[in-house]
Amino acid sequence: MDSLTEKTLKQTACKVRMGIIEGTHAAKAGHPGGSLSCADILTYLYFEHMNVDPKNPKMEGRDRFVLSKGHAAPALYATLAERGFFSTDLIKTLRKPDSILQGHPDMKNIPGVDMSTGSLGQGISCAVGMALSSKHFGPNYRVYTILGDGESEEGQVWEAAMFAANKKLDNLVAFLDLNNLQIDGTVDEVNSPKPLDKKFEAFNWHVITIDGHDFAAIEAALNEAKTVKGKPTAIIANTIKGKGVSFMEDQVGWHGVAPNDEQAATAMDELNKQLEALK
Amino acid sequence: MAEVIKKATREGYGSGLIKLGKKYDDFIVMDADLAAATKSGAFKKEFPDRFYNCGIAEQNMMSIAAGVAATGKKVFASSFAMFAIGRAFEQIRNSIGYPHLNVKICATHAGISVGEDGATHQCNEDIALMRTIPGMVIINPADAVEAEKAVEAVYGFDGPSYIRLGRLAVPVIFDDDYKFEIGKAVTLKEGNDVTIIATGLMVAEALEAYEILKAEGINARIINMATIKPLDNEAVIKAAKETGVIVTAEEHSVVGGLGSAVADLVTNEYPVPVIKVAMQDAYGKSGPAATLLDEYGFRGKDIAAAAKRAIALKK
Repeated sequence: MDSLTEKTLKQTACKVRMGIIEGTHAAKAGHPGGSLSCADILTYLYFEHMNVDPKNPKMEGRDRFVLSKGHAAPALYATLAERGFFSTDLIKTLRKPDSILQGHPDMKNIPGVDMSTGSLGQGISCAVGMALSSKHFGPNYRVYTILGDGESEEGQVWEAAMFAANKKLDNLVAFLDLNNLQIDGTVDEVNSPKPLDKKFEAFNWHVITIDGHDFAAIEAALNEAKTVKGKPTAIIANTIKGKGVSFMEDQVGWHGVAPNDEQAATAMDELNKQLEALK
Repeated sequence: MAEVIKKATREGYGSGLIKLGKKYDDFIVMDADLAAATKSGAFKKEFPDRFYNCGIAEQNMMSIAAGVAATGKKVFASSFAMFAIGRAFEQIRNSIGYPHLNVKICATHAGISVGEDGATHQCNEDIALMRTIPGMVIINPADAVEAEKAVEAVYGFDGPSYIRLGRLAVPVIFDDDYKFEIGKAVTLKEGNDVTIIATGLMVAEALEAYEILKAEGINARIINMATIKPLDNEAVIKAAKETGVIVTAEEHSVVGGLGSAVADLVTNEYPVPVIKVAMQDAYGKSGPAATLLDEYGFRGKDIAAAAKRAIALKK
């Protein structure tokens, strides 16, 4: 990856993070921590990798994305808005009664959202269904999904993993956003699904482990996944919950709490400084 | 009297799928390791490349079906009612119902007529569960002919639907030129003393009840309510107005099924007594289907007795 591309991606991810803060602050609710942890992956997918068209969100043959960890909706919305699927002005309407931006992704009304999600464990199965549909009916497209590490405590994740490998869905890539925290505590304390790499390997997936905040690593993993035949790919992305906002980083408390006025201002100030430093 | 031909409604599912498969190639069929029993296996045999077995993982199957539908393709998903509807309820609610996706759920082995497998497999709750999902179409065919036509009808419907099918061979009521329409009740016998609204295998029992009542000088109207949602409100209100009392008959829990749907409607629009012939608030048990249907009160004589109680309430 050349340095200009990397710099541009970092700037975009910074704007996505600002959108996450702006949205959850305006909503006085939502999930900033797990949104910030997957912001870089979403940025890379939508700005560099996936075949999508913001002017034609339902384009035939487009690549599909399913946010299996649906509570990271603020990150998806900020990414879609930044990419031009809808106005960035909508971000501050997140979770409001007349907004299209529901608390969790709603495919019926939000341009660019390919699947409604929110109930954990179901999104990966839906992504599997899309990958199966491409294989059966065509045209050829690829399907991407992001799961949480806490989410993979759901048994359905493993039903989906078993099926995807059995049906050789090599057009499917699942990111595991391994931020190590869930609502009630650390993933290790609550009910650890680790080791996730070994589990996906045992389920006959191709597994790649990366730093989920390193764009070059994300790119390399996605390119590698495209070369894999006969197996779906799991990208185990080590991430930091709350990444980019110092006081939110690696804090359990920032799973499902919105920043107040003061905290939002501090966070925006930090992110603005990061953006300035990238210019 | 001509010999009664008996056939399970699940047979109509298998033959309906094959008919569709010969005409169209824009759908796939999924099952969760029960293809031989649900009869989706008949389709698999004919079109092996268009059938996907999800294994024993019904929740995953429903969400996969949602994903297929989200790409604009049609999909049938089948298992036993207990597992398709009971186990995967939340997947149906959130992944299929909420986005109003075009998934055709066809589940067999509903009700106590499952027989020997016993209470764990006798699903008496599926209609109630599916009624709570906005936009869900629910069809409970009376015989194999209606089942086959219902399968063809949901193929042409764009949205979530559930066809409830049975294991037990039941009398074939309709002939091949029978026209099935989603949401339309069919009046099988005219009468003005009482209306019996039946669904599924209880339609044949309701026709028995008609004869029993007729012998006693009572003229019952018999309505086949195959579609439970959307309910044919017009037919129900007309019956309430013209006959004054209604008996409902279903092989399902007394809580939340056809009887509740009918009662909900008339309570709001034209209150009349409604007596429900249904599974009381209890579990079934193992035994031959015929014995269980006798024991739990799912026979024509039980419907006839309920009709007489209903008529008594008029006075």
